[in-house]
Amino acid sequence: MKQQSAAAVPAIELKGVSKRFGSVVANSNVNLTVYKGEILSILGENGSGKTTLMNMISGIYFPDEGQFFIDGEEAIIASPKDAFDYKIGMIHQHFKLVDVFSATENIVLGLNEAGKYDLAAAEKRVSDICERYGFEIDPKKNIYTMSVSEKQTVEILKVLYRGADILILDEPTAVLTPQETDKLFAVLRRMRDDGKAIIIITHKLHEVLSLSDRVAVLRKGEYIGTVNTAETNETILTEMMVGKKISLNIARSEPKNPQVRIEVHHINCTDRQGAKVLDDVTFAANAGEILGIAGIAGSGQRELLEAIAGLQKSDSGAVLYHNPKTGNVDNLQNKTPLQIRELGVRLSFVPEDRLGMGLVGNMDIIDNMMLRSYRKGKGAFLERKAPRDLAEHIIEDLEVVTPSANTPVRRLSGGNVQKVLVGREIAASPTVLMAAYPVRGLDINSSYTIYNLLNEQKERGVAVVFVGEDLDVLLELCDRILVIGGGKVTGIVDGRTATKEQVGLLMTQTSGGEQA
Amino acid sequence: MRDVLIFLCSFIAVAIKQGTPLIFGSTGEILTEKSGNLNLGIPGIMYMGGVCGVIGAFFYEKSVGSGELNPFLGVLIPFVAALIGAGVLALLYSFLTITLRANQNVTGLALTTFGVGIGDFFGGSLAQLFGEGGSLSVKRSSSLFRATLPFAEDWGAVGELLLSYGFLVYLAIIIALIAAFVLQRTRVGLNLRAVGENPATADAAGINVTRYKYVSTIVGGAIAGLGGLYYIMDYAYGTWSDGSFGDRGWLAIALVIFALWRPRTAILGSFLFGALYVLPAYLNFGENRMVQYAVKMLPYIVTLVVLIVTSMRKKREHQPPQSLGLPYFREER
Amino acid sequence: MTHKKHHEPLIHITKRDQMVWWKAWMVRAIAILSALVVAGAVIVLLTGLNPLSVYAEMFEGNFGTPRKFWMLLQNTAILLCIGLAVTPAFKMKFWNCGAEGQTLAGCMAAAACMIYMGGSAPSWLIIAVSFIAAVLAGALWGVIPAFFKARYNTNETLFTLMMNYVAIKIVEILQVLWENPKNSGNVGVINRQTEAGWLPSLFGQRYLLNILIVAAVCVLVHIYLKHSKQGYEISVVGESQNTARYIGIDVKNVIVRTMIVSGAICGLVGFLLVNGTGHTIGPNTVGGQGFTAMMVSWMAKFNPIAMVLTTALIIFLQQGAIAIATTFRLHASLADIVTGIILFFIIGCEFFIQYQIHFRHSKKEVADK
Repeated sequence: MKQQSAAAVPAIELKGVSKRFGSVVANSNVNLTVYKGEILSILGENGSGKTTLMNMISGIYFPDEGQFFIDGEEAIIASPKDAFDYKIGMIHQHFKLVDVFSATENIVLGLNEAGKYDLAAAEKRVSDICERYGFEIDPKKNIYTMSVSEKQTVEILKVLYRGADILILDEPTAVLTPQETDKLFAVLRRMRDDGKAIIIITHKLHEVLSLSDRVAVLRKGEYIGTVNTAETNETILTEMMVGKKISLNIARSEPKNPQVRIEVHHINCTDRQGAKVLDDVTFAANAGEILGIAGIAGSGQRELLEAIAGLQKSDSGAVLYHNPKTGNVDNLQNKTPLQIRELGVRLSFVPEDRLGMGLVGNMDIIDNMMLRSYRKGKGAFLERKAPRDLAEHIIEDLEVVTPSANTPVRRLSGGNVQKVLVGREIAASPTVLMAAYPVRGLDINSSYTIYNLLNEQKERGVAVVFVGEDLDVLLELCDRILVIGGGKVTGIVDGRTATKEQVGLLMTQTSGGEQA
Repeated sequence: MRDVLIFLCSFIAVAIKQGTPLIFGSTGEILTEKSGNLNLGIPGIMYMGGVCGVIGAFFYEKSVGSGELNPFLGVLIPFVAALIGAGVLALLYSFLTITLRANQNVTGLALTTFGVGIGDFFGGSLAQLFGEGGSLSVKRSSSLFRATLPFAEDWGAVGELLLSYGFLVYLAIIIALIAAFVLQRTRVGLNLRAVGENPATADAAGINVTRYKYVSTIVGGAIAGLGGLYYIMDYAYGTWSDGSFGDRGWLAIALVIFALWRPRTAILGSFLFGALYVLPAYLNFGENRMVQYAVKMLPYIVTLVVLIVTSMRKKREHQPPQSLGLPYFREER
Repeated sequence: MTHKKHHEPLIHITKRDQMVWWKAWMVRAIAILSALVVAGAVIVLLTGLNPLSVYAEMFEGNFGTPRKFWMLLQNTAILLCIGLAVTPAFKMKFWNCGAEGQTLAGCMAAAACMIYMGGSAPSWLIIAVSFIAAVLAGALWGVIPAFFKARYNTNETLFTLMMNYVAIKIVEILQVLWENPKNSGNVGVINRQTEAGWLPSLFGQRYLLNILIVAAVCVLVHIYLKHSKQGYEISVVGESQNTARYIGIDVKNVIVRTMIVSGAICGLVGFLLVNGTGHTIGPNTVGGQGFTAMMVSWMAKFNPIAMVLTTALIIFLQQGAIAIATTFRLHASLADIVTGIILFFIIGCEFFIQYQIHFRHSKKEVADK
């Protein structure tokens, strides 16, 4: 590992940078220096403002306050083009590539190179860069035939081809296998030795420790500090990242008579690119208990819930449902939502994508109530009386702010949208209630309404599964917390005794651990 | 044997003449679709190109009176009129779908209604409006468009095969070849294809999506307009008759699918479709009109088969541009 | 902090939340009025009529005689019915551009029944069989593209467009087969003497039955879309396929089923056109109304009741324009020009309902607050 010498030259310096979105402070007074020939990790939880900060450096957002200095001179970066001119390149989590183009075509897209368009010459230049940094990629290969890691390589090549000196990578390893990660790191080290400044956003502590020269930590938009990697360890970094525990005073009752309701046995899932998203996941959710699921965003939480709800195909494993009425045990694996319903399973699901999946934005509250119940009744026609009553009931009980039950839900605020959705799902009197990030984007009051609703359900003997991102909430609300990392269960802890650091550490692991 | 060759040469020559409007139409539509705009107004635009050309010729002939036509002006005026007429309609389509983000299908079909209406109206009523009666006919200008190289006739069958056409036939092939070159071998073509495939990515790469869509749609429309011009000034001897242009506009759209969005394939496809159009007359089915119509159905059937097979095989290079038919709005997500 | 390189664009466009309904209809009314003014101006230019008499002529062309008025109703009914047919598919975001062909398929089936059963069956039976055959034929023509869409995600816009011309060519073939008298090139009025298979006149009005049938279809489609379970599924699939899967709707099944409905109603129009209107068949029997109907449906925002108004507006303008063209011995396609103009205005005005335009200075004011 390289030590910072006194002769180090700053590539880019940030002084007092702040950014607000409405009333939300994404970054406040961040000071940061990145030197040439170093790898700096930016570490922080979801919502700590890492990506916002990097988007300002790459010209996507413009800061409200603060200054940038590049090579010692003040720089104003107002657009991605300005960032290019300052030789800053960013590799986003979501690739921006044209599928039917070859690697080289994507790399030269939009460039105004002098001379005539010569794809063969460009391919040669791309090959040269590949050779220099050790990329293994065919410049002629089409994007749609590529693996995720190859696509990422093309994104990196795009930045290098444009001659970037400062590279920003936003969670580059989230989509890679360990072997691919090692290869990427080798390339990044080579680029560092070439004198480039590299900023990498990541949650994974072991990667931070193995790759970077220094680590900057952000927490809830605040800049906490920068440490030399050689002088730190996982525990120190986790503490910096998660901070002290804050008490939220969420009521939590003791589970009464918990019985197994859903058992997930060795479930495996792959996504469309063939990458493993769930890897041998096993756990049980009990009636009368809230099971929290903690993890870095995109670790397989969505796929796990969807596999249980019948929306995601799994390759192997079983999802066993213990029916409290009949005592039967049914396997729900790879059944459609309708088949699951027909088995008599009362499963409610509050998906992460509220208006894209849970609700229809252009329909009014009444019609959204019908999504779950419209099949009821024998005839070919809809019955709107019951849904209307339900809508009005929910509006009154949950204090939904809306002009009327006939208002399209798209026009409601985020909190009210969520109340409508959760209200509907609870009204089906479920035996299992799964909620993915149910308080994301909600104000304090609405959040507590949701916590209370979940607690109520738990006391009624419902098996509640709560996917959350705020560790303080998870620790105060849940009876048990399952931690997931890279599609694997990295541990199951007791919500009453576990500490934030313990969960934080488990989240950043990708291999399984025996804790709890 | 010699007779067969001569027969074949004249058959191919007729097929090429039949296919030429389709080359213009499909090349124009390919350029348009490559930018992500599905312009179903192409039939209307082709009508518009044709009728504007005739109108230009009509007024030029009127201004000259019984005097001699200047060959240069006699060609240039209808040519420019056709480009402008078709270009203006394409501009209207672009404004509605790109700037006002209207539904492309509805806008295109409205454009076809409008363009066909303008064509039939002026084709049928222009002479009437000037109190001349009868149908619109610009034979003198037409002869300029039909002029061939002087030695064409001396070369017999080969001359007929290669040289018996008015200049617009050669222009059609040249334009299609240029379009193919631009799309595949230039930076502009690369950027244009990116706009049609994935406008958000193109936007992020610093390409002006709106400008590319406008320019390619208008240029594409103008090219398609030349198809109408060729049909009326050359193929139809400068005489407008109601509905004779027929379904050539839709055939051009079918051809785009048939050619898998490649202008060079579209040239061959145009000749093939043209051949199917005239085949019955040459095979002595002349009397059996049912076979005639059945053969005329073939291009559509073949296109449907191509459409189905490509969607079944899912080969990415053979699919329509990915954002075809969708408006682009940067701030959407 | 300096902002010198931070250019703000002159015009900034954002999506509106939702415009109040009366404002939205105001925008549309203004668009229609402007279109009428522009269309009027075009006619004035072409004919030299004084502007007011243009509109008077149009009015005359629609309401001048009872016959003209009945034609207005009849033509509105036919176009409306095709518009109703494409609406379920459009609501599902399945771009059915094949109404022309689906209607023609219905025409063919109905004409076949009339011709082949003409001498041997009672009229009521011919009507019944024609009806069933036409509806089935339309449904068949509609379900083919739906099947490939559901199975292979084949582009339905291009597919349905091609199917139109296949249908037209088949009609041309049948026209030869059925031509009467020989070598006339057209089918002529079928069963002219016996009127077998013709829909009967009601109260002495030839088209009244057509109009009543379409009125019933209009109400039924409205109920189907708004109050039936299947209609509800169509809306959900059209709005979000993700939501549809989430609540367990079989999306492919809904696509196929809806296109059967859409095609069947087109087939019904074919029956009305052949048995109830022209008693003949040719490639122009539908006459491009399959396309106009798409626009009518779109302009009405897929609302069957509003569609009555948009259809009547289009037919009113077309008949008016034809009347003017006839008076001045101009080409009848003046009607298409007028239709085009009104469509452009209505298509364009939707932008102002869905989006908001901010100018640079107006935005500054907000920022300064």
